[in-house]
Amino acid sequence: MEAFSILAALTGDEAKAASAASSAGFAYGLAAIGPGIGIGYLVGKSVEAMARQPEAAGMVRTTMFLGIAFTEALALIGFVVFILIGL
Amino acid sequence: MLALEFPPINELLRWQDIFPTFNKVALIAVLATLVTSVTFLIAARQDGLKAPRGVRNLAETIVEFIEDQIIMPTMGKHGLGWTPFLLSLFMFIYLCNLPGILPFFQFPATARIAIPLFLSLLVWVIFIGVGFKHQGFSYLKNSLFPPGVPGPLYILVAPIEFISTFLVRPFSLTVRLFANMLAGHILLVTFALLTHELIQSDTIALKPVAILPFFMLLFLTAFEVLVGFLQAYIFTILAAVYIGGAAHPDH
Repeated sequence: MEAFSILAALTGDEAKAASAASSAGFAYGLAAIGPGIGIGYLVGKSVEAMARQPEAAGMVRTTMFLGIAFTEALALIGFVVFILIGL
Repeated sequence: MLALEFPPINELLRWQDIFPTFNKVALIAVLATLVTSVTFLIAARQDGLKAPRGVRNLAETIVEFIEDQIIMPTMGKHGLGWTPFLLSLFMFIYLCNLPGILPFFQFPATARIAIPLFLSLLVWVIFIGVGFKHQGFSYLKNSLFPPGVPGPLYILVAPIEFISTFLVRPFSLTVRLFANMLAGHILLVTFALLTHELIQSDTIALKPVAILPFFMLLFLTAFEVLVGFLQAYIFTILAAVYIGGAAHPDH
């Protein structure tokens, strides 16, 4: 709560910089939730598939990396936004 | 207590010119090209009929990796002609990523957006070119109007397919490689700075604490080796998927 009262007391450019920093943090934090769940689910399912059918492991691994690449993109866009507005 | 101040992003990324218009990032890119070319030229001079040794052993392992792990699962036998392109793409990206953890370089060249952007534009031009070469103008029809969709839905599907195929693909290829390497570099900088500041701090009690960020730094360095390889692999495999998809449409 103290942080918020400090934020409220700032004026002008300082307030702008402070709100940019905190919203950058929020942006990246929110952007990380979805991909985190997604990659966890994806890799978990792939491990399950590889354990059930070890002979298909190579194919499952390739597809898993492709899926990770697409899922991860959202988190990375969040990271770019974090850099653009925060730093 | 601690005089810890994180340097602005420009300071982490901007390097002084070694000589005009040539800085460390350019040096890394040139070195990556030279190392790749020289390695494979030396390997190619050996007699292919004898048992491989030395550099050729390494080169054959890499070529086999590209063929078995990247081309065969995504493009099949027809794609084997793309081995030279995908091989040089993979080696260049990997050798640009690797300096992120090498002493004296300490910076992945792919953390500046110019290199990933150029590479993904190259892949973009190539896969569109391959699409038009193999399918003619029906490439546009095949990629914008995928079969098996009820008629009226094409009003919705065609723009989405256009955006995702022709606009988002190069963008996401660029941002994936760039942001991964930049994030890794910033993480390494953060923990290196923290270790340094804790060791230099005036309070004696804080000095032993420096071991914690130091171990994190070691761990992240090992992690970056993995990330550098994985990002090169993912970039190459996506390029293969895009080219393969343009050469042979889904039915």
